[in-house]
Amino acid sequence: MTGPDGQSVGDIHEYLAAFDDIPGTRVFTAKRARQGYHMNQFAMSLMKAENRERFKQDERAYLDEWPLSDEQKDALLRRDYNRCLDLGGNVYFLAKLFSTDGFSFAQAVSTMTDMNFEDYTKMMIAGGRSPEGQRSIKANQQDKEGSR
Amino acid sequence: MARITAGVASSHVPLLGVASDFGKDSDDYFAPIFAGYDWTRAWEKAERPDVVILVYNDHASAFDMKIIPTFAIGCGERYKPADEGWGPRQVPEVEGHPDLAWHIAQSLILDEFDMTIINEMDVDHGLTVPLSMMFGKPEAWPCKVVPLAVNVVTYPPPSGNRCWALGEAIRRAVESFDEDLNVQIWGTGGMSHQLQGPRAGLINPEWDNRFLDGLIGESDHLRRIPHIEYLRETGSEGIEMVMWLIMRGALGKRTRALHRHYHVPCSNTAIGHIVLRPDNGEGLDMTGDYDAALAAE
Repeated sequence: MTGPDGQSVGDIHEYLAAFDDIPGTRVFTAKRARQGYHMNQFAMSLMKAENRERFKQDERAYLDEWPLSDEQKDALLRRDYNRCLDLGGNVYFLAKLFSTDGFSFAQAVSTMTDMNFEDYTKMMIAGGRSPEGQRSIKANQQDKEGSR
Repeated sequence: MARITAGVASSHVPLLGVASDFGKDSDDYFAPIFAGYDWTRAWEKAERPDVVILVYNDHASAFDMKIIPTFAIGCGERYKPADEGWGPRQVPEVEGHPDLAWHIAQSLILDEFDMTIINEMDVDHGLTVPLSMMFGKPEAWPCKVVPLAVNVVTYPPPSGNRCWALGEAIRRAVESFDEDLNVQIWGTGGMSHQLQGPRAGLINPEWDNRFLDGLIGESDHLRRIPHIEYLRETGSEGIEMVMWLIMRGALGKRTRALHRHYHVPCSNTAIGHIVLRPDNGEGLDMTGDYDAALAAE
């Protein structure tokens, strides 16, 4: 694996730890993939029309058929997608739930930000979210301390 | 022998498929995006590739969490557009090239790339949107396709360096195939986008354009960009750009750019598109003077 210097083999622990330093982001690591396995497979089941129907009729009963934690079921029922990501959900799988609800991808994505869909759309039309101040939690903290 | 005559890269945002399928491609929102592909659609008509090796990623369509192949090559006869939850796209079935695909698969494995071989699968927007962007709305796709699916969803995806090296091996594989075939390789996905979390909507045009610059000419510095840089600079889904490096690696030492297009936004995403020609003095241009061919169109 290519390390941060672009040459050497990187250290897997450093490689994974760096992901936690990105603001507002949950990288879909193996740890999350394990934790969210059934959540993502549940979402995958919504690819079938008959499953979507059954889910819509009684969401709780449908979720109870899957070996999910109570927290995972609760996050799914509330459509709290940031919480779903915390509990191992992946956005491409959760997208099956977006479309079951009749939400566009951008609409569903906007619910994870602090903006409503209208403002989110305006931000995108205006060129999207700037990477400034969004690269590193540590760097942001250092900047804050430096300016004190 | 078969030869790789060009490389094409493009974003594969699903909304582009919707726009194309429902005739919205000339409205105010989509027109500036599709206009950047007009040149390429005319050029592809003149180029008439026999086969496209199409590097893309599946988005929880053909593959779920049960099996996660890092590099998978489609060796089947044909592939249906996947039902991604709102019915399959009404676009032609994709015809494979099993002879070439199996040849590439065998060559890659002997070249120490341990490929997963797929004989049956449906193909999602990652593969069919680029076909629509490059070929428009034909009755049948004008060429055969060898799908090459890369895991860029579950970490870790392959490194940029590995992707580049896979491209180099694909080129060797293609050039050892006996039949005379005009082969293109396409890298898809990107450019900057983040589809999740409070940081969703991140777009970094400066970084994206430096990446486009880096695909042109002789430098191979892009192969050494670590995953963390894609994530920090271009959003969590910007990592898809490693797939462009498979395309670039397959073009040999030097490239020249024939066409380039960049636009923000399409849904959550920055649209990037580039057409490259191998430029290594080996006469890889099978179609002769492409400008003349275009003029004759």
